[in-house]
Amino acid sequence: MSALAALIRRDIRIALRVGGGALIGVLFFLTVVVLMPFAVGPDLALLTRLGPAVLWLGALLASLLTLDRLFMADHEDGSLDLIVMGRTPLELACAAKALAHWLAAGVPLIIATPVLGLLLNLDATSTSAVALTLMAGTPALTFTGMIGAALAVTLHRGGLLLAVLVLPLSIPVLIFGVAASQAAISGLSFGAPFSILCALSLFSLVVGPFAAAASLRHGLD
Amino acid sequence: MRLSGRGVRCVRGGREIFAGLDFAAASGEALAVTGANGSGKTSLLRMIAGLLAVTGGSITLEGSETELTLAEQAHYLGHRDPLKPALSVMENLAFWRDFLGGEPFDANESLAAVGLDHASRLPAAYLSAGQRRRLSVARLLAVRRPVWLLDEPTSALDAAAQSLFTALMADHLARGGLIIAATHMPLGVAARELRIGGAT
Repeated sequence: MSALAALIRRDIRIALRVGGGALIGVLFFLTVVVLMPFAVGPDLALLTRLGPAVLWLGALLASLLTLDRLFMADHEDGSLDLIVMGRTPLELACAAKALAHWLAAGVPLIIATPVLGLLLNLDATSTSAVALTLMAGTPALTFTGMIGAALAVTLHRGGLLLAVLVLPLSIPVLIFGVAASQAAISGLSFGAPFSILCALSLFSLVVGPFAAAASLRHGLD
Repeated sequence: MRLSGRGVRCVRGGREIFAGLDFAAASGEALAVTGANGSGKTSLLRMIAGLLAVTGGSITLEGSETELTLAEQAHYLGHRDPLKPALSVMENLAFWRDFLGGEPFDANESLAAVGLDHASRLPAAYLSAGQRRRLSVARLLAVRRPVWLLDEPTSALDAAAQSLFTALMADHLARGGLIIAATHMPLGVAARELRIGGAT
């Protein structure tokens, strides 16, 4: 257990220090959401209606932005070799890395959501609905994205490949995330889409580490 | 403890690098792997470390006291130094000590043994190539593992650090450790030579 804790601590430290990925994701999220009112125009009703979708889209792209470095950085300096040689199962090490990434890059997005909600004319209920669905849904984005990040290491092709591989997998998360937010806002049944969103997260929590570890093992050279 | 390979064959990118390679090393012995560039020295070390699939033959570790695999009992010192520039020297070392698993050793003393104790709070980004190498060597000391797989261990090290490293290797062998090193230069400790690629 201490090995996994050490790995999580290290990755969070790197992400939070200068040049780390945590801040970049939030800044990107901010940029996307801030630009939206300028593109759509000053129609407050329209902004309110689009708000949850814009926030979800921004969060999805922001979490993808930093995800391609998840294994690449460790691969480039040889750390990945040693992680494979560690006494911790590679699946658990992958899960620990994804968890660290979510804590450092995913949680700041959720924290930033209430502030950005103001820009999109969302009221308190809508904002908290979006924040709640992001909290339930972003782990799914990270853990499925991890599979793409592991494949990108194997195939020696970086970010673009990740986007192509991971975006289709994240479409269900996006659909049910936005659906749950909209349901909460309009007073429809919130339970069904939110349950499916949680199920997607739990599913990727289980499948992601195994797929990523298999890909890394297969691709070592 | 005895590490041996029988009829080991290596294929990279559809091309056979070497085949029918036999070797053995027991506790307290060092094996110097030599050969021209591209003869497969690094590939052999990575096979032993379990980082590359063995395409033929077998590599086994006998007489081990634990049930751990060979890779889990081996230190691999590769070409690249697995250090994070954003973390300090001590944070880098402490991470590997905690993560790798094995008999832990005081990190400060390990740093002192490679002459880096004065820089323990410095971010690793500011280290020179030789200092980065020293920090990688400190990893071998911070966690005890019986098998050392060294790939050009003395590259980038100055004369003083090379003799220091020789002493560390001798110490490791005296404790019953086992060293397999790919090298172009004499190791400095008594070692049998394993030559790959007999063409020369």
